[in-house]
Amino acid sequence: MPQQTVCPKCVLSWDEEDAFCGVCGLSLQAPPGPGTAATGSAVVCVHCGAADVAPDGYCEACGGSQPRPRDHQERELAGVAGVSDRGLRHHRNEDAFALARTTLPGGEAAVFAVVCDGVSSSARPDEASATAVEAAAGSLRSSLTRGAEPGSAMRAAIGEAARAVTALAHDGRADGRQASGRSLGAPACTYVGAVSAAGAVTIGWVGDTRAYWVPDDRAAAEPYRLTEDDSWAARVVAAGLMPEAEAYADPRAHAITGWLGADAEELDPHTVSFTPHVPGVVLICSDGLWNYAEAATDLAEVVRTDARTAPLAAAQELVQFAIAAGGHDNITVAVLPITPTA
Amino acid sequence: MSVSRPNFAVDIFQNEYLAVGAREVNAIVTVTASGAGTGAVPAQRAGQHPAGHEPGDGSAVVIMIDCSGSMDYPATKLQNARKATAAAIDTLRDGVAFAVVAGTHEAREIYPATGRLAVSSADTREQAKQALRKLSAAGGTAIGTWLTLTDQLFRSRPEAVLRHAILLTDGKNEHETPAELEQALARVSGRFTADCRGVGTNWNVPELKKIAGALLGTADIVAEPDGLAEDFRSMMTGAMNKSVADVALRVWTPANAVVKYVKQVAPEVADLTARRTEAGPRAGDYPTGAWGDESRDYHVCVEVPSAAVGNEMLAARISLVLPLPDGTTEVLSQGLVRAVWTDDLASSTRISPQVAHYTGQAELASSIQEGLEAHRAGDLDRATAKLGAAVRIAHATGNDGTFKLLQKVVDVLDPKEGTVRFRNNVSAADSMTLETRSTKTVRVKK
Repeated sequence: MPQQTVCPKCVLSWDEEDAFCGVCGLSLQAPPGPGTAATGSAVVCVHCGAADVAPDGYCEACGGSQPRPRDHQERELAGVAGVSDRGLRHHRNEDAFALARTTLPGGEAAVFAVVCDGVSSSARPDEASATAVEAAAGSLRSSLTRGAEPGSAMRAAIGEAARAVTALAHDGRADGRQASGRSLGAPACTYVGAVSAAGAVTIGWVGDTRAYWVPDDRAAAEPYRLTEDDSWAARVVAAGLMPEAEAYADPRAHAITGWLGADAEELDPHTVSFTPHVPGVVLICSDGLWNYAEAATDLAEVVRTDARTAPLAAAQELVQFAIAAGGHDNITVAVLPITPTA
Repeated sequence: MSVSRPNFAVDIFQNEYLAVGAREVNAIVTVTASGAGTGAVPAQRAGQHPAGHEPGDGSAVVIMIDCSGSMDYPATKLQNARKATAAAIDTLRDGVAFAVVAGTHEAREIYPATGRLAVSSADTREQAKQALRKLSAAGGTAIGTWLTLTDQLFRSRPEAVLRHAILLTDGKNEHETPAELEQALARVSGRFTADCRGVGTNWNVPELKKIAGALLGTADIVAEPDGLAEDFRSMMTGAMNKSVADVALRVWTPANAVVKYVKQVAPEVADLTARRTEAGPRAGDYPTGAWGDESRDYHVCVEVPSAAVGNEMLAARISLVLPLPDGTTEVLSQGLVRAVWTDDLASSTRISPQVAHYTGQAELASSIQEGLEAHRAGDLDRATAKLGAAVRIAHATGNDGTFKLLQKVVDVLDPKEGTVRFRNNVSAADSMTLETRSTKTVRVKK
């Protein structure tokens, strides 16, 4: 079977063993689109059952919007898995994620994942997040395969993602800002990425998308949060102005103070690296998940103990947990199993 | 002759976010036609007629001149009507089919008086102007008969697809019943468009606006007869610049939705809601008449079944459609009106500035009409309140044209609050001008 190494949709190259493009999720092993559209029989509306869905995705009978590919996405590669879901209260998924596996110059494997959450008060937040993960994944892949140090690879990726999202504000496309009468900001999103290579984990973030470390044995080792939000609540707590519980209960709690986009005052990418000495998983996620289990110990309770060997199942369960808890926002989580070398 | 149909673009302005349980979706639809050639020939007629004295042009115009007895009081009215008609005839391109009709309690062909439309050339234009001497004032007013004859004349040249009429009257429609006029309008609406003008101050504003509305044209007052020639020339130029006829706004709505209204809101308010003709499942066509290079705005209001938070629905699919000779229609452009239910109040409580603006402009028009009606009925309090509201809206939205017309009828004490006092001795011309032009709107301030 011929192996494609370039995604035909987003034109990024991927390893030969990849089954799906890590950025757009397109299957790399099945022939792309046109055939399915041409041969497909009438699409049946998920809302009213009418076999009359227009090509633009709206039912010709009830007007209902049909599920979009981004509403729910699951991907898994050796060493990393991710799930993203629209949730219950938003009409589209403004989160995006990418997973990839690559090879360092020394021959060791490296895996990485990126999760971005579109800022809903900005224009085209769904495009912002998709653009950011695509740019970051491409940048990380080329930096890591060249042998760049993961921390600097991560900072470069955040820079590339920021440039790509900023460019959206200047692409001259209508962004609905005038049409809807909303005073929307330029396209914007938050960012969190994780690289696992040669026994070390490197995290990079901007905004309130988070990373957590959850060991297999939670009695012997504490789970903890790896990121510090760029948010009003985090700033207030850090400055000692308010206790944590009070700050997070405040209506302003989720106002973010850092993001990628043309309106961002300055780009301040944060990175952190650590070398785990016990087996466990790194989670990176959007606030659609951590809103329901903010503390690392609370979140760890929802992470199955075999998450390291069943990362996709762990990610699926975490998304289900957030949906069951109300699913108020889009939910995205990626799980990177970590096994320290003996 | 260069031939081109304009390109149509549809832009939708709305706040698609609805609160839980909300059902009403409002959108402003901006339709812009651009790139029409100077040739002004509808595309489907292109090349079908050789040059010469056949109406290969595709355009036809009939001018209806009121010749009731009152047109002689003062005599300048009829003299100016003749001059204005001559000016309009001079504006005709070669090849345009045309005729002149004299209207009294019956309709009479003045030119060419052959039961058909003439074809414009230097000769026929000269003959037509000579024939205007036959316009003489005697008799009553039965506008329905004028419209009926005009329709017959247009039918003599079915190849002319851009059919436009100019109607001039100086009096009320007194020599037929309102029902007879109504029936005539129902028969001819959709057959041709018409701009209507009232000369002097003895005609009835709502009546003439109704005729113009049914025929998708403008209504205006020409208080001073010597202003007629310029007005006729500009109406004729407007008609000559149209290049595609019978364009309709097609509104598709989902099952169990109701179209509450469809209104043109710029350049003038015109309610099209009752003009719907069914066009397939859940779709209806609203006539917009003929188009040249121009832009118009429509306000579409749809009530859809409510859906749960997080759902998105297509509330309306708005298309601009053109009927083709083979009975099918061509979609010229399309836009989507969406509904998204959210529990984010910051999103759902916003009103689209375009929707808010035109809701105000429609209220401005109705306030003026209701205010003047109350004034006629002797209810000065209500009239003052209504015109005060009109002043407030005109001031706030920058509708300077209407504001100036209001100032001729009321003294404005506080434009922000809409505090006004009726002026003493308001002239009939000023009052009628305000009423006739009450539906003129301005676009959203940039």
